[in-house]
Amino acid sequence: MKDLISINCVKLLIPALFYTCVCSSSVEQKIYVELNQTVPCVRLLNATHQIGCQSSMSGDTGVLHVLETESDLDWILSSGPHPPYMVILETSFFNRSVMMRMKNSSRVAGVAVIVSKTGLADNFSPHTTCPNQNTGVYSENYGPDLANCNVTVWNPFGNGLSYEDFAFPVFALKDENQTQVIRKCYEDHNQRVNGSAPQYPLCAMQLFSHMHAVTDTVTCMRRTDLQNRFSINPEVLCDPLSDFNVWTSTRPLNNSAKGHAADESVVIAATRLDGRSFFWEQAPAAEGTVSGIVTLLAAIQALYPVTQEAPPTRNIFFSFFQGEAFDYIGSSKMVYDMKRNDFVIDLDNVHSMLEIGQVGLHSGRSLWMHSDPISRQNNSVDTEVSEMMDRMRSAAAGLKLTVDHPSVSQPLPPSSFQRFLRERQIPGLVLTDHNTSFINRYYESMYDDAENLNVTYPPGLTPDEQLVYETDAAKSLAEVATLVARSLYVQAGGNESNLNNITADPKTVAQLLYGFVIQKNNSWFRSLLPPEVTKKGVNSILSSGPPQFYIGLGPRVHGPAHSVTRFVQYILANLTGSVTNLTESQCQNPSELSTENKDLFSYFWVSGPASVNSTSEPFCVRASVRLSKAVSPAFELLEYGSRNYSTWTESRWKSIRARIFLVASRELEMLTLGVGVAVLLLSLLVTYFISSKAELLFSSARETPTTTY
Amino acid sequence: MTVAVFFGCAFIAFGPAFSLFVFTIARDPLRVIILIAGAFFWLLSLLLSSLVWFISIKASNSQDLRLQRDLLIFGVFFSVLLQEVFRFAYYRLLRKATEGLAAISDEDTSAISVRQMAYVAGLGFGIMSGAFSMINVLSDSLGPGTVGIFGDSQYYFITAALMTLALTLLHTFWGVLFFEGCEKSRWWVIAAVVSLHLLVAGLSLLNPLYEGSLPPVYVITLLMGVWAFFSSGGSLHSLSAVCTRRKAEGESS
Repeated sequence: MKDLISINCVKLLIPALFYTCVCSSSVEQKIYVELNQTVPCVRLLNATHQIGCQSSMSGDTGVLHVLETESDLDWILSSGPHPPYMVILETSFFNRSVMMRMKNSSRVAGVAVIVSKTGLADNFSPHTTCPNQNTGVYSENYGPDLANCNVTVWNPFGNGLSYEDFAFPVFALKDENQTQVIRKCYEDHNQRVNGSAPQYPLCAMQLFSHMHAVTDTVTCMRRTDLQNRFSINPEVLCDPLSDFNVWTSTRPLNNSAKGHAADESVVIAATRLDGRSFFWEQAPAAEGTVSGIVTLLAAIQALYPVTQEAPPTRNIFFSFFQGEAFDYIGSSKMVYDMKRNDFVIDLDNVHSMLEIGQVGLHSGRSLWMHSDPISRQNNSVDTEVSEMMDRMRSAAAGLKLTVDHPSVSQPLPPSSFQRFLRERQIPGLVLTDHNTSFINRYYESMYDDAENLNVTYPPGLTPDEQLVYETDAAKSLAEVATLVARSLYVQAGGNESNLNNITADPKTVAQLLYGFVIQKNNSWFRSLLPPEVTKKGVNSILSSGPPQFYIGLGPRVHGPAHSVTRFVQYILANLTGSVTNLTESQCQNPSELSTENKDLFSYFWVSGPASVNSTSEPFCVRASVRLSKAVSPAFELLEYGSRNYSTWTESRWKSIRARIFLVASRELEMLTLGVGVAVLLLSLLVTYFISSKAELLFSSARETPTTTY
Repeated sequence: MTVAVFFGCAFIAFGPAFSLFVFTIARDPLRVIILIAGAFFWLLSLLLSSLVWFISIKASNSQDLRLQRDLLIFGVFFSVLLQEVFRFAYYRLLRKATEGLAAISDEDTSAISVRQMAYVAGLGFGIMSGAFSMINVLSDSLGPGTVGIFGDSQYYFITAALMTLALTLLHTFWGVLFFEGCEKSRWWVIAAVVSLHLLVAGLSLLNPLYEGSLPPVYVITLLMGVWAFFSSGGSLHSLSAVCTRRKAEGESS
């Protein structure tokens, strides 16, 4: 209703333009409907390729056509009389065969995908079948017969769409109302009547997503460097994907001492922090990533009190790796730093490693311990790995979980652990819920959401009730977390008699799940984060909806760190830290206090829980939680064509936008031009004639004008 | 392909003004100066009226749509009156200028007659008002879209151009008649010009009902043209003398 009024208002304003000051936007408002809730697919580059989508510099325009049936596809690709077409795709048609047919056609100006769950196929993964194929441990030199997913195709549903290069823009339409506007425009103007072509004016759409970078990272970095060197106004063309890893340890490690830590032997427990999908910053990654994050966080919380009372002999080092979806950015950077003694520990300090993969427990309650068959050819490693498996099995004894290992010859699934194995034969396991290929049917797609992880709530719950509601998914993930915590404790040399004290809290798991897959702006997250973040409008990291897990460009875009990184950092700080009575300024600058140690601890100023009718009381938390940079070593070594390290960069762009409007027929345009030319010629003729005869025409005037000059 | 629309509209809106300028103004520096000054005076009137309109819009309740519409109508009519006031001011200025010009001139008479000044000043008014009503429309006509997604007529651009054309010519004719009225102290002529200006402005408020606004405006333009032709010294006799070879329209020159 409001819209109608404003449109009428515009209609009213237009005639006034003839007489009053012209507001340039008014005519534009009559022509264009801007679509705000759109998400583009953007261009990413690595050492050898460009992937993603882009439009031309001034946007790509095409006549709208909604792809509803197979015959529509023929219409678009061959018989329709108004190419190029802007194709509106229903979810069910967003698959490889349709997209590739359109990619190879010159009659497609762009694609807009309606994001909805209706008509969603029972599997959809735009990722490759063999994630991180070339940067894992398996290669020509290391298990050549295991390389390239020869033994197990991990993501059999992968269609590789995310790794195609489209010459036209592809957008996702997220807003239901705008989808309706587009549909209405299509139905009013473009619908075929009895198979005949629709009449002009036709509804068209224009998509802008021009990307500055082309070809590959090598080219784009060279051009950027050249500009930096010679241009007064250098323009960066692409930025490396980067952010931060989050790490903590049960015994604080001295952050200022780099290299080998004397008398330290650590068990690494790791998981990854990021995911991706076809569209930019649309990565819910619920089963793919959140299951691991939540499990590890809950395990850390369960372990924390016991490790303080009865510390195990070894230190446990928890790490959340960022950028793992893009050829292991985070883990390769940490390993690289360990190798050149630029990290708090080095590889000699690593005793063993346990990585949490996808543990969504989609079907059944069995977990699988994956190990590396090549390093297990070494007897000592094999013994260690077997012992780890035994410990884990015994830790699972009291739980409703079965833990088993896949066939010995099967390689590791895609995991950060592979990056450690590239350097050192560390004994380690990767814990997942799949024996062979992934159970996750929507791996690295925008449909890997709460529903896919089985996080659903009974109807009628308020957000605060949902926050603490223990779903089945939460309960089973709590079991997994308990298993992880117990086996880590034993693995670190802890006393088995303490195991019963280690139990992950299902309520924490429920809250974590709610925050990471349903709604990040909840009371619990707000209480854990610093007050300036929770203030409305200041920072967008607490916008509505679940967080997105695409790594992005780190500090340039997200401020200090990516929102997920910050969440994990602050959740960790609150779960493992101790509350101090420092003031805000002391908390921000604890090195001035003799009682506090900045090398061992980080200090976090957090909001604290809000009570019923008063504002929250912020306080200072001391925890050994740290961030470490997750940027591929390729960019530090300036090896933009590196084959060992991730070389992914994201292109820059000027504007991303979409709008719909009507286009006039060629006849009308030509008619306008014809009338214009006729008016011009006629007026030239008539004026010339009159001015040459002016003396004669106006001769009867009493005062004779002087006509010749 | 909307470049075609752009040029089509530009030719329609500014073709006549362009040809008038080329054949009757451009060769004489004094006329160019008077034209530019006329355009400047129209701009001044626009500045003032937009100021008033802006203040009234800001001061009023933006939610009250009826009030907004009333304000718009008020703004339009106020602007028209202001334009006529500035036309009169410009006339006074030019009168003073002719005396000055005559004083420094070698000959006894001024280098330009009042009637010619009237025509040139009117064209100056017309070109500037045409430019202001058309330029924004023209920039949007480049496309890629055309008007109509909210159900508006798809002939918006061409009608806007035709309206601008009529306005440019009307201002020229009004200029001739207004100065004539002032010169001969025929106040009813001035009153007729002002009221017809008000009428045309009122008609444009009928948009987007183009059938309601365009034909009457063109009828008025035609009548004004004929009137201006006769008032500036044309006659049926002279017309027929010229028209032995060709029929000409009643356009003043």
